[in-house]
Amino acid sequence: MKTSEIRALFSVVSRPEVVSLAGGMPAVTALPLDAVGSMIGELVSGMGAQTLQYGSGQGDPRLRERICDVMALEGITDASPSEVVVTVGSQQALDLVTRVFIDPGDVVLAEGPSYVGALGVFQSSEARVRHVAMDDDGLIPEAVEEALLESRAAGDRVKFLYTVPNFHNPAGVTLSEPRRQALIELANRYDLLIIEDNPYGLLGFEHEPLRALRARDNQRVIYLGSFSKTFSPGLRVGWVLAPLAVREKLVLATEAQVLCPPSLTQYAVARYLDTQPWREQIKTFTELYRERRDATLESLAALMPAGTTWTRPDGGFYVWLKLPHGLDAKLMQPRAVNAHVAYVPGIGFYADGSGREYMRLSYCYPEPDRIREGVRRLARVIEAELDLHTTFDTVDTGTFRAVGPGTRTPQVPDVESYVGPANRDTFKDDRA
Amino acid sequence: MSETAPAPAPGQDRHAIRAVVLAGGLTFEREVSLSSGTQVWEELVRAGVDAELRDADAELLPGLAAAPADAVFIALHGATGEDGALRAVLDLAGVPYVGSPASACRLAWDKPAAKSVVRSAGVATPDWVALPHSTFRELGAGAVLDLIVARLGLPLMVKPASGGSALGAQKVDRVEDLPAAMVSCFAYGDTVLVERFLDGIELAVSVIDLGDGPEALPAVEIVPQSGVFDYTARYTPGMTEYHAPARLSDDVAARAAACAVRVHEVLGLADLSRTDAIVTPDGEVHFLEVNVSPGLTETSMFPMAVEAAGHELGDVLARLLALRAGSPRS
Repeated sequence: MKTSEIRALFSVVSRPEVVSLAGGMPAVTALPLDAVGSMIGELVSGMGAQTLQYGSGQGDPRLRERICDVMALEGITDASPSEVVVTVGSQQALDLVTRVFIDPGDVVLAEGPSYVGALGVFQSSEARVRHVAMDDDGLIPEAVEEALLESRAAGDRVKFLYTVPNFHNPAGVTLSEPRRQALIELANRYDLLIIEDNPYGLLGFEHEPLRALRARDNQRVIYLGSFSKTFSPGLRVGWVLAPLAVREKLVLATEAQVLCPPSLTQYAVARYLDTQPWREQIKTFTELYRERRDATLESLAALMPAGTTWTRPDGGFYVWLKLPHGLDAKLMQPRAVNAHVAYVPGIGFYADGSGREYMRLSYCYPEPDRIREGVRRLARVIEAELDLHTTFDTVDTGTFRAVGPGTRTPQVPDVESYVGPANRDTFKDDRA
Repeated sequence: MSETAPAPAPGQDRHAIRAVVLAGGLTFEREVSLSSGTQVWEELVRAGVDAELRDADAELLPGLAAAPADAVFIALHGATGEDGALRAVLDLAGVPYVGSPASACRLAWDKPAAKSVVRSAGVATPDWVALPHSTFRELGAGAVLDLIVARLGLPLMVKPASGGSALGAQKVDRVEDLPAAMVSCFAYGDTVLVERFLDGIELAVSVIDLGDGPEALPAVEIVPQSGVFDYTARYTPGMTEYHAPARLSDDVAARAAACAVRVHEVLGLADLSRTDAIVTPDGEVHFLEVNVSPGLTETSMFPMAVEAAGHELGDVLARLLALRAGSPRS
């Protein structure tokens, strides 16, 4: 099945009958919409001369100050607003960094699996992605070192390591404290640049945010941040924090792309941070996501067939699920569409075609009851697929009568047809 | 075959027609259907019809009751639009629609059943067997597949027994690839159709009935770049070369046209259909399957055939609507 078929199967997600565990849409309706609405209205009616005008390519100075306050929550206390470039979501930040550093053929080290939007950016810059193994504690430093040395020995230019250290997309895991230190030591030892992409860091359920990689090294780490998960993805406001020499290049690149980030949404974010209880709002978000994470993990534990495993995120949006041996999440997708449940097949999160036995489940958007129903449907899909594999996996075609190279269409009388029963899968809920 | 654009239908002023175009649905083919429906809607509006585009969802019946349509055009692909169920509901509601009646759709939707009927009517179709998963489970998949290969040979076409857009369809050249092809095909539905693969010229022959009986439009010849006319080849512009009309001798073209009209008639289809067929090197036309709701996207074969016949798609669709307007089936 090809990519276009996967996309086609996704089109049913817009129907309300389908439980989508596929998309990573933040729960924006948990925002105080009236207050935000009045705030934005006032920005236009009272400050339209500024908010509806072009702005600085680097971004609004007031917002850059406030961004430094936000980053301080994760231990980055030495950032200067002059080192911050405001971008159209952190996706643009990643694109800018990639344009500045990558020449065709360069190697990027990235977690395996990795954020699909990053893989797209790397691909469009003709970078080669080398995946590095991770486990429940995130990226494995020894594996980074090995990949780096092997690549360099092969004459490849490794331009940077791209990592999502907190509540990884799609794997859901978080880089542990000792590994953060080990990674920084590695970066220093081997002169390795790290791109730290951190959209979810403030959305932890169990503990205070871990200190960012950038908080430990201000020269070898470029930090990407976003308001998409802590405030609103529709505003498209993100940023990059980079050493001054790099920042210069990023500003030139962003001016070539968009002239300047949208003024109105920058003012909206700055005003929101100035006037609204945004830290409390992040707590509201995390409580909501925690409840949904719990519904997901409880349902998975209760319903998934033996052989299925998954990660247990303590923040963020995603669970990374591994199917029982032999199952392929992409090939199984039509069955899931029939059962009205959607997920993202794992293969999309790898640049090398691996990951077929994985899928990403997002719990950020559906209500807990819908999540439970979605997991119920998914469990039945997996069980049906296991049943199918039980039937066909043991077939030994080597014993067939007609296996020789000369075997083509035999001359036999017409075969009587057998017309099967109605051929729609049905998914009766017999567990409820 | 008429060489001129169709004249407005007698007795019906298309400008007075209120049409609802149904597209979307909750099937694998939703994306294609939305694309077909948008194209139909645009063509109808261009042709002067008062047309509205709607999904087949819980809003549909109340919507049709509140603002009755003179006729519905079903641009739904996959189960909802093609298995007859929605048409049966429209019949119950007394809503006229363009296309085949529910019972005929039910038959055409079941590809093995349609093949049986078509073969009984003397039309060639590749040998086949259609089996549900339970048969393989109960009798042993190895033994059953062994029999299939022994009787039908290789290569084989493995496809879901219902559904369109070639989703789930695969050509299997090597016996060792057969079990995996079965697994991926059964993800689409509980019955798999295994067919002897025929090499030849791939054709799509559209049939329309503008009130004077079914007539075949020029056949469209399909030459996919990859050699396989799969989902990507169908819906990615430039991935497939089409020839309309097909590069056939008059004799073979006439036989292809006769085949499609015969299929349309014996299955009890109405208004429009598209028959997919293969012409083998000996010039014989073999029926593969028929679509009661043919694709109407920019890269679909039905619109190409309409254009090759010298018609305007919008005119043809508007005439079909005008013929059905105000005349429920039962």
